[in-house]
Amino acid sequence: MSEKQPDKQIAIRVDHVSKNFVLPHERVTSVKSAFVKLFKKKDKSKEVQHALRDINFEVQEGEFFGIVGRNGSGKSTLLKILANIYLPTKGKIYTRGKLVPFIELGVGFNPELTGRENVYLNGALLGFNTKEIDAIYDEIVSFAELEDFMDQKLKNYSSGMQVRLAFSMATRSEADILLIDEVLAVGDAEFQRKCFNYFHELKRKKKTVIFVSHDMNAVREYCDRAILIESSRAQQMGTADAIAQLYTRLFIESTNKDDDAAKNPDLRWGTKEVSYTSIAVTPRVLSDEEYLQIKLVATAAKDIEGAVFGVRVRNAAGLGLLGTNSKLLKRPVPPLKAGETIKLEWRVPNVFKDGKYSVDPAITLQDGEICDWWDDAATFTTKKNDHIPYVIAPDIEMTITIANQS
Amino acid sequence: MQKLREKYHYPRILLRELVKTDFKLRYQGSTLGYLWSLLRPLFMFTILYLVFVKFLKINNKVEHPAVYLLLGIVLWNYFVEVTTGSITAIVGKGDLMRKINFPKYVIILAGSASALINLGLNFIVIAIFMFINHVDLTVYALLIIPLVLQLFILSLGVAFWLSALFVKLRDVIYIWDVVTQAGFYLTPVLYLITLLPDRLARLSVLNPMAQIIQDARYGLVTKQSATMASYWENALVWLIPILLCLIIFATGALYFRSQSKKFAEEV
Repeated sequence: MSEKQPDKQIAIRVDHVSKNFVLPHERVTSVKSAFVKLFKKKDKSKEVQHALRDINFEVQEGEFFGIVGRNGSGKSTLLKILANIYLPTKGKIYTRGKLVPFIELGVGFNPELTGRENVYLNGALLGFNTKEIDAIYDEIVSFAELEDFMDQKLKNYSSGMQVRLAFSMATRSEADILLIDEVLAVGDAEFQRKCFNYFHELKRKKKTVIFVSHDMNAVREYCDRAILIESSRAQQMGTADAIAQLYTRLFIESTNKDDDAAKNPDLRWGTKEVSYTSIAVTPRVLSDEEYLQIKLVATAAKDIEGAVFGVRVRNAAGLGLLGTNSKLLKRPVPPLKAGETIKLEWRVPNVFKDGKYSVDPAITLQDGEICDWWDDAATFTTKKNDHIPYVIAPDIEMTITIANQS
Repeated sequence: MQKLREKYHYPRILLRELVKTDFKLRYQGSTLGYLWSLLRPLFMFTILYLVFVKFLKINNKVEHPAVYLLLGIVLWNYFVEVTTGSITAIVGKGDLMRKINFPKYVIILAGSASALINLGLNFIVIAIFMFINHVDLTVYALLIIPLVLQLFILSLGVAFWLSALFVKLRDVIYIWDVVTQAGFYLTPVLYLITLLPDRLARLSVLNPMAQIIQDARYGLVTKQSATMASYWENALVWLIPILLCLIIFATGALYFRSQSKKFAEEV
């Protein structure tokens, strides 16, 4: 093969883009304030917010490119500049080909119109004329599984139905470049599966996709490269894996600082006949083969018999991953006298995947009465070398043997 | 030519869909539906006819006073519908503008186009009244085409100004309310321009709305309608209201264009 492979085309070039928002303290929105303002010599009432500073990157044709960053980092502003919704204060954007933004699904949907009418209206906003919609109308409807509802007004749709219709429209859009803003955040498992399939299809078709997300699993799975935006600047650009890891680390560091603030009295209740006086969870950052140690000290306020000491671990989504107590573990607890202190210690194998977890200790009596229930008493985070897209990540052994046929 | 078609492909389909939507939503839920767009002017005209022509006898010094009055009102209402409707049009689409980029002028154009359809329906009703009143049609009736075009451009120009200004200055809505009220009485819609003292009438016809209404009446209803030519001999003066319309349109469009890039951030 002597044919020279043509250089890959640049689909998007972001060239030294900065964006400032002027935040007037006192906005002139009436004639009176405009009039009063005329007599003020200097206008000090303006504050400039730097949403983006000097962002530079290029996206190749056919690339799946992630933009990650925390809330308020400027990533959505960047997306809106790419979509030509906001103008950059400085710098330039070049794009090649037809660009369709999905900052939200179903833009322009009107609840007073029928499903059918909304398809045409949303289609027009995405650049389809009536004939073009006519041609794909049946496809849209059957993909959304809404055959029997198209002549009903959109306001009578459930939110799930609306999302299905909007998503179905989005998948039909014939763009060269797609801008996708966390569309995955909505919808049920079935809908998410459809989204995943659609993303795989986009990858197969070699579409250029800009994907803004918080979800590092999705970024790892789809993106070829990614950029991390933090405090209005591009912190790092690299492979999806590297950026996702960096993001997770950044996120962990900043949330650990807030731990002490989390000791909210609303999260703790009970009769306090016996109550915890201290908690220590070590290590704060758990790596691969370490054990999680939970040490608790409790003091009895009066004579108590048959107390049960327990602990639960929940992930960032609030899902209880595991829990245990002295009764389940068949550890006898001696009767406690008023003023007596008792020490408890648990060792938990590291079955956790990357992320942040909370530890909730509790003390109950045999009859179920709650003496002390303490949600989010402590937190820890886990960093693992491999990323696993499931709820837990215990050590799993696997053997492979080839059984020769005799 | 091909390039031009491509450039305006998106605005065209958007305009069509927005006008269609507007029309659908307007009479939604009513039993008679679209019929109302004919019935409404018909009832309004009947009331006006009874009050002003039969009862108050304000302008029965002209031929066909009913049609004379109705034509003026229809044209004035078009102007008010387009301009008043435009004020909140951009701000009202704020949510959409933050989600997708599209040519903003299409919103204003769609409002004008909807009002133009209404104007067309009103003209059907006027035609009915003309028939009842035995108004003779002459070639001068064709004047209505350039006049409606002039009215369209004037209203659109004002709409561009108002909608873009409203983004920055929310008082516009109240100011314009007062302006249209005053304008209604400054323009010879209800009364005959010939009732004004000559000096005032000479000024009055320079007002584009007065010129359009008087010319339309001249073309469609009666030669008794006083126009530019009745007050000014110098034909160059006749160009003043037309120039005013063009200036308002051009400045409005330019101002709107310069502001429209920032609408998404400011609304």
